[in-house]
Amino acid sequence: MTTFKTTYNRRAFLSASAATGGGFMLGFSWLASCTAAEEQVAMLTMPEAWFDINAFLKIGDNGIVTIYSPNPEIGQNVKTSMPMIVAEELDVDWKNVIVEQAGLNTKKYTRQVAGGSQSIRAGWDSLRMAGATARRMLMEAAAKQWQVPVEELTTDAGFVKHAGKNQSIGYGELAAAAAGMSIPQEVALKEAKDYKIIGTNVKNVDGPKIVTGQPLFGLDTQQEGMQIAMIIHPPAFGMKVKSIDDTAARSMSGITNVFTFTSYPEGIEKTWSDANAFPELVAVLGNTTWEVMKAKKAVKVEWETISKAENTADHIAGFEKTLSEKMEVARRDGDPEKAFSAAAQVIEKTYSAPFLGQSTMEPMNFFADVKADSAELSGPIQTPENMRKTAALALGLPEDNVNVMMTRMGGGFGRRLYGHFGIEAAMISQKANVPVKLVYSREDDMTQGTYRPAYMVTYRAALDENKNLTAIHIKGTGIRESPVFENRFPAGAVDNYLVEKTQLDSNISTGAWRAPRSNFIAGAEQSFLDEVAEAMGKDPIDFRLELFDRAIKNPVGEKNDYEADRYAGVLKLIKEKAAWDKETPGVHRGVAAYYCHNSYVAQIVDLVMEAGQPVVKKVWGAVDCGIVINRDAACNIMEGGAVDGIGHALFSAITFKDGKPEQENFNNYRLIRHGEAPAEIETFFVENEVHPTGLGEPGLPPVVGALANAWYKATGERKYHQPFMAEQKVLG
Amino acid sequence: MANFDLLVNKQKHQVDVDPDTPILWVLRDHLNLVGTKYGCGIAQCGACTIHLDGVAARSCSVPVSSVGGKAITTIEGLSAKADHPVQKAWIEHDVPQCGYCQAGQIMSASALLKANPNPSDEDIDVAMHGNICRCGTYVRIKAAIKTAAMSK
Ligand code: FES
Ligand code: FES
Repeated sequence: MTTFKTTYNRRAFLSASAATGGGFMLGFSWLASCTAAEEQVAMLTMPEAWFDINAFLKIGDNGIVTIYSPNPEIGQNVKTSMPMIVAEELDVDWKNVIVEQAGLNTKKYTRQVAGGSQSIRAGWDSLRMAGATARRMLMEAAAKQWQVPVEELTTDAGFVKHAGKNQSIGYGELAAAAAGMSIPQEVALKEAKDYKIIGTNVKNVDGPKIVTGQPLFGLDTQQEGMQIAMIIHPPAFGMKVKSIDDTAARSMSGITNVFTFTSYPEGIEKTWSDANAFPELVAVLGNTTWEVMKAKKAVKVEWETISKAENTADHIAGFEKTLSEKMEVARRDGDPEKAFSAAAQVIEKTYSAPFLGQSTMEPMNFFADVKADSAELSGPIQTPENMRKTAALALGLPEDNVNVMMTRMGGGFGRRLYGHFGIEAAMISQKANVPVKLVYSREDDMTQGTYRPAYMVTYRAALDENKNLTAIHIKGTGIRESPVFENRFPAGAVDNYLVEKTQLDSNISTGAWRAPRSNFIAGAEQSFLDEVAEAMGKDPIDFRLELFDRAIKNPVGEKNDYEADRYAGVLKLIKEKAAWDKETPGVHRGVAAYYCHNSYVAQIVDLVMEAGQPVVKKVWGAVDCGIVINRDAACNIMEGGAVDGIGHALFSAITFKDGKPEQENFNNYRLIRHGEAPAEIETFFVENEVHPTGLGEPGLPPVVGALANAWYKATGERKYHQPFMAEQKVLG
Repeated sequence: MANFDLLVNKQKHQVDVDPDTPILWVLRDHLNLVGTKYGCGIAQCGACTIHLDGVAARSCSVPVSSVGGKAITTIEGLSAKADHPVQKAWIEHDVPQCGYCQAGQIMSASALLKANPNPSDEDIDVAMHGNICRCGTYVRIKAAIKTAAMSK
């Protein structure tokens, strides 16, 4: 049985009190990754963050449980699934649980990155401990009332029971007494087999608000006296503002201010999440969004070039050149050079993908109200703590006087890790001395992004005269980062293995994009393995399983960042569920498997040809993400990953001409639409008791490979360069 | 600036705005009806979809001066108690992820069902083509539209 100690060095992870209005309140840390009691002993120090109480559960005297979650929703359903974990250990009926957003005035966020798919993993232990502790305290209150040993009591759906005496009492009736009990030193957790809420389908707690259009998002912020601010940024990377003429704009209706400002003053210390394109911008302020949008066009700005204007063609040429040269060796096993020179057959293929925008449907925005001695910031951000630090520096205020509040986010996909728009809002508010809501137009959002970098990778495989795979060589490059993970599969499964990597410098700002690097490399790797399997005359799944078998029984090298048996597990599951061995006339299938963000996913894409065009009919997915918290929500996220991966691989690209992004809105930046999405997506889960891991990212990467492999089956044409639907090689 | 009389969700409003102001911004900035979303401003994403006399329209591209006496319905006015069949179906299928596009999706879907109570897959694809969901909830949206169609 797993138990948790609720204190460490006599400091408590939890706080208990009476709730205002009656009942019991337990405070806890939302994302604390506490460790089980036996592991704690071995630890010398505990991170401070584990003691930060930023979430609460309240049991009202009417038995209603309210869970105050500091985690805003970004679209991965954490606002529902994380409270489910608390409710499970508390042993209440989900019908009596209300989830509310907490932390409106939270000064510190214990975890830098809030809301992403790693949240479940980070919160699993602390959420269980909170629920289990409250349950135990309720039981102790009942034990006292009934004068029985607590060991004789059980709980069931919000009631404490004594079987022998046939007594039962609701949590609501015990709540006031529980508030007076001391926090138990150690609590026991449920066994996974006893779960009643975890693993079921629970509906999104914000669903009713969403379908009725209630204000939830940053862009919906309204405040008395607030002005709308928009920015004008250089039209191309490598440019900056030289001078502005705002005469015409200032005379337009509703316009209150126009000025140039610096969001990141020289010399201030930035964090990684302050990555941005242009530190100097023009701000236009006014009463309403439309007035400001019109006035933006009336500001005449002169630009000057400060660094090279880059072109997509140059990036491609740069990639090709570096791929033909020696690079830094990231990993070498065996003697790959020898294996290649002795090979009977060498397969060599190059794959590429363009820059992408995150394209959250809610464009970047932030509210800021900066006063002489304090600042209130609010909006869609995943890195509130970094934003608070940087805003304090940029504004010249003490950190404690800057508050950052998180709103629901209209999508993230990596974009809202980079909080420059919050700093910009703060600087505008300070300079204009009014509360402002900074709003990016779609064009602003798309043309000054933190783009998914463009990448190119070459895979080589050596086969001997018996068509055995003897070596693999991977060479990867990209804009400001290489896409290659040298210690992931197929590392460990091939005797002779060489990975080289490098990157190209650029003045184009890049950043995380749903499943960073994996979003490209998985498709390349899985397409390549398909081609190798074909050359070897092997079934694509059997071939992969042989490689995993090797990695399980006799792994090559020391450091292999994956569990080969779980990898093989998802492949076996999908093989069975999708009846891979059975051919259906007219249906062309491709398979792929990939591991990232601690979860394993295998997917099969079923393509049919309609009017000479490949059409995705169905995506089959098998996932090993440990314990599944909310089954239907997990399926929803997996479906989104598949649609997203297919859509971007087929259609999307940001390209550059003279430093200028050639796409600026959804008329020329293609996103997948209704009729292009698979008609059906079915998801299966590996049932195990491994601690839960994320789903936001892992469902995307492999589908690109499965799509390319199915495409080949359908058309005989291999797809190497994204987007697949572009006529010629398009690269960012 | 000029005065415009509008009928929004069965209520009369008068706004004093530039004639070229899109209905989207009148709703959001002047009437504080922020359920209608901004996504692109050029009639490409559908986040801003409303009904004009029951027909789906992209409010970002409809100037206030062109509306006249047409009845405007927004997501806030689709039903009194979140009980429109499309809203109910959206909950049943637990459609939303981030949720940002969903008001527009629901408005397009409800206009579709009004005009065509039993849409085929192709009808749905055509009617919903202008509504992007970046989170990729398309499969659920289609299922929810079919559920709503059956419940009518
Ligand atoms: S905002 Fe109107 S269609 Fe995109
Ligand atoms: S649910 Fe996020 S854009 Fe549709």
